[in-house]
Amino acid sequence: MTELRVFIADDEQPARERLKTLLADIAAELPARVVGEAADGIETIEQLPASGAQVLLLDIQMPGMGGLEVARHLAALPGAPAVVFVTAHDRHAIEAFELNALDYLMKPVRATRLAAALRKALASGPASGERLARAASGAREYFSVAERNRIALVPVRDVLYCKAELKYVTLHTLSREHLVEESLVALEKEFAERFVRVHRNCLVARSAIRGFERAAGNDEEPHWLVVLEGVAERLPVSRRQWPIVKDLVK
Amino acid sequence: MSIKQNPGLDPLPDFRNLGVAARILIAANVAAFFVALAAASTWADALDAFVRAAAILEPVLVASLTVLYLAAPWLVRVSFWRGSALVFALVIFLTAATHAALGEIVALDRARTLALAGALTLALLAYLRLHTKAFSPALAEARLQALQARIRPHFLFNSLNAVLALIRRDPKRAEHALEDLAELFRALMSDGRSLVRLADEIALLERYAAIEQLRLGGRLRLTWELDHAPVDALLPPLLLQPILENAVYHGIEPATAPGDVLVRIERRGDRVLARIENPYQPEHSHRAGNRMALANIRERLMLFFDAEARLESRVEGARYLVEVEIPYRTGRTEAAP
Repeated sequence: MTELRVFIADDEQPARERLKTLLADIAAELPARVVGEAADGIETIEQLPASGAQVLLLDIQMPGMGGLEVARHLAALPGAPAVVFVTAHDRHAIEAFELNALDYLMKPVRATRLAAALRKALASGPASGERLARAASGAREYFSVAERNRIALVPVRDVLYCKAELKYVTLHTLSREHLVEESLVALEKEFAERFVRVHRNCLVARSAIRGFERAAGNDEEPHWLVVLEGVAERLPVSRRQWPIVKDLVK
Repeated sequence: MSIKQNPGLDPLPDFRNLGVAARILIAANVAAFFVALAAASTWADALDAFVRAAAILEPVLVASLTVLYLAAPWLVRVSFWRGSALVFALVIFLTAATHAALGEIVALDRARTLALAGALTLALLAYLRLHTKAFSPALAEARLQALQARIRPHFLFNSLNAVLALIRRDPKRAEHALEDLAELFRALMSDGRSLVRLADEIALLERYAAIEQLRLGGRLRLTWELDHAPVDALLPPLLLQPILENAVYHGIEPATAPGDVLVRIERRGDRVLARIENPYQPEHSHRAGNRMALANIRERLMLFFDAEARLESRVEGARYLVEVEIPYRTGRTEAAP
């Protein structure tokens, strides 16, 4: 039997120790090897892709980035690991796991439960990004771009505007542009507090809006352009969105 | 000092209490006035009727209250229902006697006077009973118990998990950790009604911190400034531990980098000042839980010290700090800690 490759993510060192001890205890019936460890969410995202892990034991309450968001970013990875969430006590998260048929373990973890969860995770494979998104309670703090062996994270707060083109959305930050495979409608829904729609194909960060300029329309009706902090390009505001957008600048 | 009290059965109101006497006098006169007003057709008639009623009412009131005042020590030992029957009989008897003496002069119907006196007595007894129930120390006690600090399940399960991780590798440390956990739980489950010495609360803080240190290791850096702490000062139990727990939960756990928590307790004149600081995490989203914990502590402070205590929390730069100020009092605790 080949060894199961396991990655452990937990911010508490004793908790990681405990899982390793338990994996050793069940080695006779389920040989496993720990291929990586991380103490916070971001570290997990950075290290997991290259580890070749088949299963990720993921604490949901971690600094930097919570377990659920970590799992959502990892889901886009080719060869994403199956995830088993681990939690000490989080009623909301457990309800969400149950509702969306996600695997989880409760701390303190028992050896028999761990073995069962690993087997089940291996059989069912990684959960889809949609299922994870449904289980998440709030908006993500990062966008992610999955590459072959790594995941690039873009903090949501750095994004000034998002523009839809064909089946992609381009995220514009001060310095760069990122292509993500998401729909503008879904982004608008998830980040309603942060972004506002100015046009059929464009969301802008509410906090970046500095003002509006009137377009030098020659023959047609005049329309408005939104001015964003640090962005040279002026983005058109559709007539339909104008009544909503115009009050956002003081 | 404690708000613990004898488990009183179900006593009559305390007739020696000035508030009770005042309530009876005012309520009886107001009621008599409205009865007079309802029976009369003009203001002048009403006033006349009230004055005549008062001629009976006031002597009865004064006599009843005097008897009740004298009988008060004996009345507290009688059950509420028997006591009420006695009070009722007393008022009826006094009313009948007064009516016999003055009824001719004031020209009031005997049966009607007795009926009104009886109704008024029953109404007053019912009102005072409700009032006592609403403000009794027993209720304050129940509130205190409900307010008593509760441990976060998150902390309990993570701590047990950390101890489990230690058992094989470092059994000695695991033992100590379980001992600390046991002491913490003993304090949490004890009744929160009597004051404890600051020395005991500090010991509890240290036990709690030891467990957190086990879980969080180098991420939690604790500084204790306790050299000027008046260890004999009395304070409500578990006053500071929940604040320290909040400091760790909101200030250290959400951060990837290590953070400093400061605990400083000192005496300033006749006041004891405790200050707990942690790194402020603006991105962290569990703020509601913190507010609730602080509101809870504030209410407990009020039940123990009324307006003499103060609790304040604020953000100063990158630090979040909570300050508690209580009067410096020493003395014998009423219950063993």
